[in-house]
Amino acid sequence: MSERTIDLEVLRYDPEQDDAPHFQTYRVPYREDWVVLDAINYVKDELDRTLSYRWSCHMAVCGSCGMLINGEPALSCHTFLRDYPDKIRIEPLQNFPIERDLVVVMDDFIDKLGSVKPYVVPKEEKDIDDGEYLQTPAELARFKQYTACINCLLCYSACPQYALNDRFVGPAALALAHRYNLDSRDVGRSARDDVVASNPGIWECSFVGACSEVCPKEVDPAAAIQQMKIASTADYFMRFLMPWKRK
Amino acid sequence: METIKTDIAIIGAGGAGLRAAIAVAEANPSLRVALISKVYPMRSHTVAAEGGAAGVIKDNDSFDNHFHDTVAGGDWLCDQDAVDLFIHEAPRELTRIEHWGCPWSREADGQVAVRPFGGMKVERTWYAADKTGFHLLHTLFQTSLKYPSIQRFDEFFSTDLVVTDGRCHGVTAIEMRTGQVRFFQSKSVIIATGGAGRVFPFTTNGAIKTGDGMAMAYRAGVPLKDMEFVQYHPTGLPGTGILITEGSRGEGGILVNKNGYRYLQDYDLGPPDPWPRKKAMELGPRDRLSQAFWHEQQKGRTISTDSGPVVHLDLRHLGEAKINERLPMVRELSQSYIGVDPVYEPIPVQPVVHYTMGGIDTDIGTATCVDGLFAAGECACVSINGANRLGSNSLTELLVFGARAGQGATEIATENGAGSADREALAAAEAAEDRVLRLFRRNDGTESVSGLRREMNEAMEAGAGIYRSEDSLQSCTGKMQEIRERYANVVLTDKSNVFNTDLIETLELGAMIDVATAMACSAMQRKESRGSHQRLDYPERDDATYLKHSLAQHSSTDLPTVVYRDVTITRSQPAERVYGGAGE
Repeated sequence: MSERTIDLEVLRYDPEQDDAPHFQTYRVPYREDWVVLDAINYVKDELDRTLSYRWSCHMAVCGSCGMLINGEPALSCHTFLRDYPDKIRIEPLQNFPIERDLVVVMDDFIDKLGSVKPYVVPKEEKDIDDGEYLQTPAELARFKQYTACINCLLCYSACPQYALNDRFVGPAALALAHRYNLDSRDVGRSARDDVVASNPGIWECSFVGACSEVCPKEVDPAAAIQQMKIASTADYFMRFLMPWKRK
Repeated sequence: METIKTDIAIIGAGGAGLRAAIAVAEANPSLRVALISKVYPMRSHTVAAEGGAAGVIKDNDSFDNHFHDTVAGGDWLCDQDAVDLFIHEAPRELTRIEHWGCPWSREADGQVAVRPFGGMKVERTWYAADKTGFHLLHTLFQTSLKYPSIQRFDEFFSTDLVVTDGRCHGVTAIEMRTGQVRFFQSKSVIIATGGAGRVFPFTTNGAIKTGDGMAMAYRAGVPLKDMEFVQYHPTGLPGTGILITEGSRGEGGILVNKNGYRYLQDYDLGPPDPWPRKKAMELGPRDRLSQAFWHEQQKGRTISTDSGPVVHLDLRHLGEAKINERLPMVRELSQSYIGVDPVYEPIPVQPVVHYTMGGIDTDIGTATCVDGLFAAGECACVSINGANRLGSNSLTELLVFGARAGQGATEIATENGAGSADREALAAAEAAEDRVLRLFRRNDGTESVSGLRREMNEAMEAGAGIYRSEDSLQSCTGKMQEIRERYANVVLTDKSNVFNTDLIETLELGAMIDVATAMACSAMQRKESRGSHQRLDYPERDDATYLKHSLAQHSSTDLPTVVYRDVTITRSQPAERVYGGAGE
């Protein structure tokens, strides 16, 4: 019996040489315990030194190796060959410019991540010698889920709104804003609202929920965005009901 | 070549590099920081640390406890003044990260919770479930975005330090998007590039852990210290080497051999009961546990699998609720990668290369022997880890010494006013650029990067693994010398300027060859057994000759020269390391 093999159809693009992206097929051995990344590493080590892609941890925590695998955004280190047919199509994440092969330009995401002020804005600075802030397990549980984002960009690749309008702040950055808004140590919500509660912020989301479906860490950014919409709407009405609370 | 002028260049944007950058920004916001990394900060390998970070905070603990656990854990090769500084700063740094938003796991009343780790007399490991490194890294990265003086250069691969007359003037780096070499001209430089586990074939370390920073400093004349000490973590998943945290044993997990027997009791770590208890059995230090595995294998008591021999890490008695709360990632990793749900089945594990205790020789203030050059984190050896690092000291080390490096670099940069690029420094930077360009020009190479890398990996595992001997190390160093010569004939297949990972891997391999050679030569010369360095031909510790740090000095043609320096002993004289019943 001949050994089982897999055909990887990989999108190639080198801006110095290619007018347009094209597919190249590599035949690699099938191994029961291999993830797609192992097959791509086989290509790099044994078949073609010129293939470029990002990876590091091989344990689904560094967030480097997101790709489209048979059209779906996924971490290639956490997607097993055994779950696919003998032909697998590998493309860079969509909704981002291609830098080279499977490497996308992620500047826009990085800018948006910074734009939501993703850090604790304390009520007042606390001295280190005064020890830690107390935070009960229940207070931690309010935001813990939203700390789990690994910035892998799968949600941006899946998001139909981001595809239409790249001004949309997007799922991961908004979920991160929500994470800090919910943290008992933080009072920065109003400072984040410039970006978060603006039109390209939460109101751009049409609640398709594709982001939460592809999230490998169950962050559920769609839920974060909906919760912020409710909070923001409440703010809006409070301005009429209790104008003295308006800053 | 474009010159980018800055005040402080930091190479590496993981835990230590980010902490250093923030320390500079807080100490002197007028100093420009160039934070240079070959990956985006959140990809740095700090992200993969799981179990936690040690720092004395509870009333039942003391600084003395942390000091003695660390020094004995390191088999007395730690510099005790550095350890004292470290343990006193530890709780302050962990508290600072708490103020910055790290989601530490908590007790019912809201205080930070701690868990036990191996080799610890009292539980003192702060943790964020079993994703502590991930949370620490993201907290630091997100906090760093507050400071406008920190300018990031993501996906810039540093190639060489620019050093003339014993002073560091900056670093050259390839902008990966364009392939162009830039000269970052700075008044001080901090190296924070992490470890070098990738010189071995089976490691918990991510693909990026190739020792680039160690090799850069080494080539620039800074010795690599204590490189023979490489930590094998006792519990890696077979096949991939994915880490299963020591926290799983801290929570009560046990290790059994093929007979279901808790074999650690045969290696001076017992008796097995009552369990769990500190500094005994599965909560012994990592070096002892990995060595015990090796002996079990010799006795034929491990379990054979397609991925080699394993033992079983059994968590079933913890129950699903506790596993989900404290060890969610362990469960997920084990289910995904080997199809084992630890709630119902034991996890097969084997020892795996995890950590380099050795590194760039620095003083207690993180300064190297080159003026203006600092190093912190796993790439450095400030000598708090000695011959075997205590689990959960490394995340804390990133913070404590990252901050100190930032402060040290700030002082130099503040004193030194506006630096001018002297002609010699520019020439050195151009020579570094030329080293890269030569790779592009060469067309007659015959060696492949992946092939040579595999040979290096195999030579290191065979010759410089958990147990070593004169013979194994002789053949290892010989092979490394051969590999180094053949490296001169590596061919670059990819000649594109854009995100050329063939080029990056070629340069990484060059760094790994230097680092691996320093490891093997230092191991060959240390004719004793201490901590993680075990010689079959010299099974005893020899304080009379080797209570000393090894210092490997780079040579561009020959094997390194290894010399020795006394260990700093302040208040703990070398004694026998005792764990289990004997230590109680």
